[in-house]
Amino acid sequence: MYDKTVRRRRAVLALLVVSSIVLLTASFGGSGGVSSVQRGVFEVISPIQDGASRALKPFRDLFGWVGDTLDAKGQNADLRTERDRLRRQVVDEQLVLGENAQLRSQLNLNKRLSLDRLDPIQARVQGTSTSLFSQTINIDKGSSDGLRTGQPVMTGAGLVGKVSFVASGAGKVTLLTDSTFRASARTSGGVTGVIKPAAGSPNDLVMNQLAASDQVTKGDLVATRGTDPTATRFPSLFPPGIPIGTVTGVDDPGTDTQQVHIKPFVDVRRLDFVQILRRTIGGSGT
Amino acid sequence: MNAQTGPLILRLTILGLVLSVMQVAAVSQLTIFGTNVDLLPLVVAAVGLLCGSLTGAVFGFAVGLFIDTALVQTLGLSSLVYVVAGYGAGRLRELRDPQAALVPMAVGAGATAIATIGYSVLQFLLGVDAPISLLLLRQVLVTIIVNTLVAYPVYALTRRVLLPALPEDPRRRRRRAYATGGLSPLSRS
Repeated sequence: MYDKTVRRRRAVLALLVVSSIVLLTASFGGSGGVSSVQRGVFEVISPIQDGASRALKPFRDLFGWVGDTLDAKGQNADLRTERDRLRRQVVDEQLVLGENAQLRSQLNLNKRLSLDRLDPIQARVQGTSTSLFSQTINIDKGSSDGLRTGQPVMTGAGLVGKVSFVASGAGKVTLLTDSTFRASARTSGGVTGVIKPAAGSPNDLVMNQLAASDQVTKGDLVATRGTDPTATRFPSLFPPGIPIGTVTGVDDPGTDTQQVHIKPFVDVRRLDFVQILRRTIGGSGT
Repeated sequence: MNAQTGPLILRLTILGLVLSVMQVAAVSQLTIFGTNVDLLPLVVAAVGLLCGSLTGAVFGFAVGLFIDTALVQTLGLSSLVYVVAGYGAGRLRELRDPQAALVPMAVGAGATAIATIGYSVLQFLLGVDAPISLLLLRQVLVTIIVNTLVAYPVYALTRRVLLPALPEDPRRRRRRAYATGGLSPLSRS
């Protein structure tokens, strides 16, 4: 009797482990069958997640309020310093603004894309990934609303990520803090590079692929670069000018391996609504 | 299948479903010390501790499958780590039957360590481009600590939900006998 119980327990354990590995292999290999089953189940689960997300919003808000109150004191001093810096920056920028208008007319840059032309749509956030590696959110809009993979996602604060999976009534967004995310970016000083998240640190993006002569200073603003007008290959997914974050520091400055650390404007853990730009620039790269 | 299996399966299904949806829709968006509580390894460990290794492993597999589907992740990853967590907690109960009050917290910490480290190792094996850094290790450590703090309430909730459907436990029977006026071996002598 005891032997039978032990054999049964071991058989079930082996079966579960083998099933997990088979599923993992099929899913990782991009098997169409597994993907379509997952898509079907996702369609069913999505409304439940949506309902739960709405029902639990007061609870999230309450917890967020407590956390915000505790954080507010610490942020106060930082904000005062930031305000003083911004005041100085505003004065400088007002001087630059006049020159800028002339340059823009000279370079004919006033044809820059406005976001309204990119057919934006609002979506509600239904759920958030729980793992350290997969930084994603689920949204309540899908292919029936015109969503396609690769479309840029943003909020009023800045870039959020890109659409990475769509079902008919729901979709998944890979956040800019996900380890697979890449985007070409430009600092307010005109330095360009590629941003990606620092491993294991959702609030730290790094920009690399910079030249030794590129100078980036703490406090510079970073936005999407868009497609280089001279580039004929690998156009960017993202229109130019979407804010990404602020430079918080530079590792190995003045070298070919210098890395710029950026704090994103968007708090990816506190997203309720996002906006998807349905008309992409035609890009397939970063 | 005996008479108690049906209600137990029903309660496990509801528990797994409700906690998974809560985790995805709310808890994962609440930040504590830069990370968030992960209820799922805790509830899997609690089920293993209360119901045994077989139930713990099957429950872990089901919860993992559900969460991978809900988040459109690589199927089987979470299942694999939660099977190990559930089975391990169940075997601990079957082999040692620990009674200390801190056992749920220790088991919750262990299950969280298995889940986070196991998930990380599997991701690295699958080729995710993320170097092992101190920040990553810190995040794993903080998740384990935060989960340890909430392990006892999750265990208590799981126990409360499952208790009516669990097979009769000799310890509970003994305790009830004393409470209802029965004599303990000490008082008889």
